[in-house]
Amino acid sequence: MNRIEQKFLKLSDKGRTALVTFIMAGDPSLKTSAEVLKALPENGADIIEIGMPFTDPAADGVTIQKAGLRALEAGATLRHTLDMVKNFREDDSETPIILMGYANPLFAYGMADFAKTASEYGVDGLIIVDLPPEEDCILREHTQQYGLDIIRLITPTTDEERLPKVLDGAGGFLYYVSITGVTGAAKPDPEALKPHIQAIKSKSKLPVVIGFGIKTPEDAKNMAGLADGIVVGSSIVEKIALLQGDKKDISDVSDFVKSLSTALK
Amino acid sequence: MSNDIIPNTYSQQPDERGHFGPYGGRYVAETLMPLILSVEQAWNEAKNDLKFWAEFHELAKHYIGRPSPLYFAKKTTEHFGGAKIYFKRDELNHTGAHKINHCIGQVLLAKRMGKTRIIAETGAGQHGVATATVCALFDIPCTVFMGAKDVERQAPNVFRMKLLGADVVPVSSGSASLKDAMNEAMRDWVTNVHNTYYLIGTVAGPHPFPAMVREFQSVIGKELREQMEEREGRLPDTLIAAIGGGSNAMGLFHPFLDEPDVNMIGVEAGGMGVDTDKHAASLTGGTPGILHGMQSYFLQDEDGQIQEAHSISAGLDYPGIGPEHAWLFDQKRVNYVSVTDQEALDAFQLCSKLEGIIPALEPSHAFAHVAKIAGDLPKDHIIVMNLCGRGDKDIFTVAKKLGVEI
Repeated sequence: MNRIEQKFLKLSDKGRTALVTFIMAGDPSLKTSAEVLKALPENGADIIEIGMPFTDPAADGVTIQKAGLRALEAGATLRHTLDMVKNFREDDSETPIILMGYANPLFAYGMADFAKTASEYGVDGLIIVDLPPEEDCILREHTQQYGLDIIRLITPTTDEERLPKVLDGAGGFLYYVSITGVTGAAKPDPEALKPHIQAIKSKSKLPVVIGFGIKTPEDAKNMAGLADGIVVGSSIVEKIALLQGDKKDISDVSDFVKSLSTALK
Repeated sequence: MSNDIIPNTYSQQPDERGHFGPYGGRYVAETLMPLILSVEQAWNEAKNDLKFWAEFHELAKHYIGRPSPLYFAKKTTEHFGGAKIYFKRDELNHTGAHKINHCIGQVLLAKRMGKTRIIAETGAGQHGVATATVCALFDIPCTVFMGAKDVERQAPNVFRMKLLGADVVPVSSGSASLKDAMNEAMRDWVTNVHNTYYLIGTVAGPHPFPAMVREFQSVIGKELREQMEEREGRLPDTLIAAIGGGSNAMGLFHPFLDEPDVNMIGVEAGGMGVDTDKHAASLTGGTPGILHGMQSYFLQDEDGQIQEAHSISAGLDYPGIGPEHAWLFDQKRVNYVSVTDQEALDAFQLCSKLEGIIPALEPSHAFAHVAKIAGDLPKDHIIVMNLCGRGDKDIFTVAKKLGVEI
């Protein structure tokens, strides 16, 4: 059983909704970013998504765009992101790590090398926003070899006819994008999401996690129980944006993550 | 890659998944995927519908002013003293460039799909103006995304778009240039996926856009075949066109790809020189990658971060290129070269004085390459250069470069 399966099993025994937190690797600096990452599990993050910075994140809103540019400005590269996971794994062998980003930096690194290194360093899954099922074979042929999960996105526009295509080859969990839009945009309506989540659940045994537009502990509370997990990204990244350079005190970020986790209990 | 195999046809690409060899494809977020598939389906139906083409050709004739003339540039020919030089005069189209060809085609498709809002990206503003024009004609609300830097340096075109009723949204994210305008258009599309059509301005983006825009632009090459037959009774020897994303070149080249005796040259924007970091030559100075829905060649660093392009011509100022060009480059079917800002600037002035035609800075790049090769070619060698846009929009840029205040 891999880390993602173990985590969801453990949480479902406790009847808890998973808190999936997103941070951008290298934001606002390589050092601070590593510290924030290390503090996430102890403050209640069940699963961690780490963004791989890219100059042209066409599916992200302003908050994540700026985080990526701050990280690149601070000298972040894909190699750094992988090293960050390697270092994290020295102290934490349980918390699943998902790398999220765009295809081009992986393409430049080499898909095969990337999959191999990511797997060796302790990455569990990948979400590559601009690799839909129609195109992700260029990555999947390597992730299969190294036991990495490709986590697929399902959106409000993924209809019944298309769903099987998206489920075929999906691993880890399913990421339900709650709105048509970019990250950090409008709030989803929990009631309206229910039938979509149920439709997905009826077709797949994989856990379903809801993302996009969940910003506050209150939002988290409203979503709890609707699916197996929720993702909070932009509002955490907004707190990180306030950390200046190598500022040591990351307690504002930690406290915020704690408040999200508490809201899900 | 299939570089070692010579295909028996160059004109039958892409495959059913939109791939030109390894290039092209549909690298878009899942939210957009169903829509991309529905655009493809609508396009497949439209392209086999005679009524669709009847409407396209009616507008091409009476609204755009097609066919564009094939002009024998006698003075240019004499000036260089070698090859016989013709201009395909797409600068005489309504709105002053070839962009209107694919705008008419795509607005007809958007209408057919029942879309009630159109978005577009623009660099120099030519595609934005052409999009705003067809949206005015068909009474469809139009939003044009334009890099904040370009909004500033292309003020006349911003005003034109507004006159035509379009909303112009300055984009200040990223590097505030054309690629960021394209990112912002994608973000808008993902948000307004139900009612919006993204009218992409070149042979780039996810499938079916590269093939579809090529099909609308290939009206240029098809006309040329007929006109050349009439004038010279044979095929041309060399075709030359400027390349940013590559729409005017693809339109000129495509109907000739399977004619082995027709030589083709794509001219990229070399900026301050391809050996500097200030150019827009994605093929001769870039590497394969994935961006804006396609696999192609891009200007990028070794970490896969996209770099800013530079060209005196805002219309060529894009760090990528259409996937079919990437494939033709690998196949060596088309020869790709580059021309610097200075060479284009000289060509701009020379063409104006020789022929009484002020070319846009984009085809000035093509003219600069004609200048390099024409003199060494025999007198019976026929060159056709795509004069894809007129230079009125560029007089401010050129005057500034020449130190003239207007």
